[in-house]
Amino acid sequence: MKLTLAWMVWTVPTAIFCITIILTVIAMTIWQTVSPSMERRGFLPIPTTPGDRFFIGVLTSVYIFFAWIGLTQFALWILLLIVVCWIVVVMIWG
Amino acid sequence: MEKWPNNKAWLLVLPVFVIVAFSAIIPLMTVINYSVQDIFGPGQSLFVGTEWYRQMLGDYRLHEALWRQFLFSGLVLLIEMPLGILIALAMPKKGWGVPACLVTIALPLLIPWNTIGTIWIIFTRPDIGLFGAGMNNLLGIPFDHTARLLDAWITVMLMEVWHWTPLVALLAYAGLRAIPEAYYQAARIDGASAWSTFVYIQLPKMRGVLTIAFLLRFMDSFLIYAEPFVLTGGGPGNSTTFLSIYLVKIALLQFDLGPGGAFSLIYFVIVLLFSFIFYQALQRVGKGEKA
Amino acid sequence: MKGKKKIVGLVIYFILLVIPIYWMLNMSLRSNADILASFALYPKDITFMNYMKIFTDSSWYMGYVNAMIYVVMNTLISLTVALPAAYAFSRYQFVGDKQMFFWLLTNRMAPAAVFALPFFQLYSTIGLLDTHIAVALAHCLFNVPLAVWILEGFMSGVPREIDETAFIDGYGFPRFFITIFIPLIRAGVGVTAFFCFMFSWVELLLARTLTVTEAKPISAIMTRTISATGLDYGLLAAAGILTIVPGAMVIWFVRNHMAKGFALGRV
Repeated sequence: MKLTLAWMVWTVPTAIFCITIILTVIAMTIWQTVSPSMERRGFLPIPTTPGDRFFIGVLTSVYIFFAWIGLTQFALWILLLIVVCWIVVVMIWG
Repeated sequence: MEKWPNNKAWLLVLPVFVIVAFSAIIPLMTVINYSVQDIFGPGQSLFVGTEWYRQMLGDYRLHEALWRQFLFSGLVLLIEMPLGILIALAMPKKGWGVPACLVTIALPLLIPWNTIGTIWIIFTRPDIGLFGAGMNNLLGIPFDHTARLLDAWITVMLMEVWHWTPLVALLAYAGLRAIPEAYYQAARIDGASAWSTFVYIQLPKMRGVLTIAFLLRFMDSFLIYAEPFVLTGGGPGNSTTFLSIYLVKIALLQFDLGPGGAFSLIYFVIVLLFSFIFYQALQRVGKGEKA
Repeated sequence: MKGKKKIVGLVIYFILLVIPIYWMLNMSLRSNADILASFALYPKDITFMNYMKIFTDSSWYMGYVNAMIYVVMNTLISLTVALPAAYAFSRYQFVGDKQMFFWLLTNRMAPAAVFALPFFQLYSTIGLLDTHIAVALAHCLFNVPLAVWILEGFMSGVPREIDETAFIDGYGFPRFFITIFIPLIRAGVGVTAFFCFMFSWVELLLARTLTVTEAKPISAIMTRTISATGLDYGLLAAAGILTIVPGAMVIWFVRNHMAKGFALGRV
């Protein structure tokens, strides 16, 4: 029995992606513990906490990603820019 | 009543978190890794970026499976919801009939999914099945679910309705039982008809459980695998290949890790969106009950 | 008059519900040659040959034993970890409680097909492939969230004054939880065990993917038989009937609590 991570076939981009998500979740948990925030209404149709907004932002970003890949041939760095902007917008005004 | 704020409660949740994370997060990260690589064998892989996503998103068989899936889930809801409510309304409210009805109705839910498929193979085969032979010989309607597209769909729908309508019926029945007798007395005094009692009292009072039944049936029919796999194997042709069946074909039979990974993530993200809607609806139902 | 119509409708529904099962029972009591030779609404020469074969051939009966082993293991694991967690969700407010609950729920909804492939790799890497514990752990993916969800509903029905009184009386949390609280929600624990049992018992895809021979459950054996050539319908029907028995027995034990479990709408 050998416990290596080889079977998960990590690559640099996916590792960066997963670590970013995990670190963000940890950071948001700490932020929430230090200064608890309340639910509020933004432009989204439901009252949300920062955690909810982060989830909504990431989930919609994945859909944007699929649409981008499936429908267009544009470069991916443009997409990355759009997605980051979108998540920030949702986090602040959502 | 407010809950006690206490972050130490995390310690109680920790075992659940660890065990579910082991089964959920590690595999999910693995799927993400697979989806960006072309894997030839142990230790041999090539980074291909978004190539598999492009391929799977443009795959017409995936599109077909997806539309088929929505059609199937839609039909399931359209048939099972009204039928389940009707059965719940007809069930006795007290006496020895209640446990007897409950046990009989719940029986299909407890049958392993592959056995459900087996039951329906045996029941609908044109040579030995009561339904299949009855259609062909007694009624003279040609019926063969292994060869004709429409027959395959009818059989799968019949099986699904037979299997899961009991769940809707049991949920609706539980909702009906929760209505206080005083409401019915008031309706009787007003001389309300059975129909207006249903529309103005029973239906609104059942809204919570019916929402849950609706969403559960939608989700579970969206994930259906074992029953149609056993019954039709996804055929004839690809006519009953739903998303799970197609995914298993790519990932476990052809062992195409890359496309399988990309497909898995696309499927997962679709389900995640519905889960989110489900959860929001659930919260709303919960608040409605308390108010 | 109206009552009569209701009963007639209900009786028709029950007949439709039972006929397919009856048909399988009918097939299971006939030999395969008899099934293929003639069409009969009831077995004319009843034979228990098919059942005898299953009970004497270890490649068949071990399927039931294997399935029972991992189902019981899964039910025990799910209940053990879910009880304290459900208490936390029903009583306390903590950072990320809602998000955590939602995340658990998504795993109840996640398609097993998505996880089958990495599970296979994961369990072969840690050397647990083809063991009962592998299937039991894999089924925790959807059964633990389900157990938390159902138990939380039952626990929220218990007034919190009971907890407060016990803590004032000097009970520590473990003692209070085991000797006072769990007995209070006995019915809930029973219903939860029932649903864990049920969903682990009926699942096919993960159980089939994670087992080869040693821990192969009956559902996988049956599926293999269906795809094999020279299908023996009598045998298959008998195997099917026997998979219904444990479920039917369990349902009888919880029949009085079942309505309550469904009333919470948390299946």
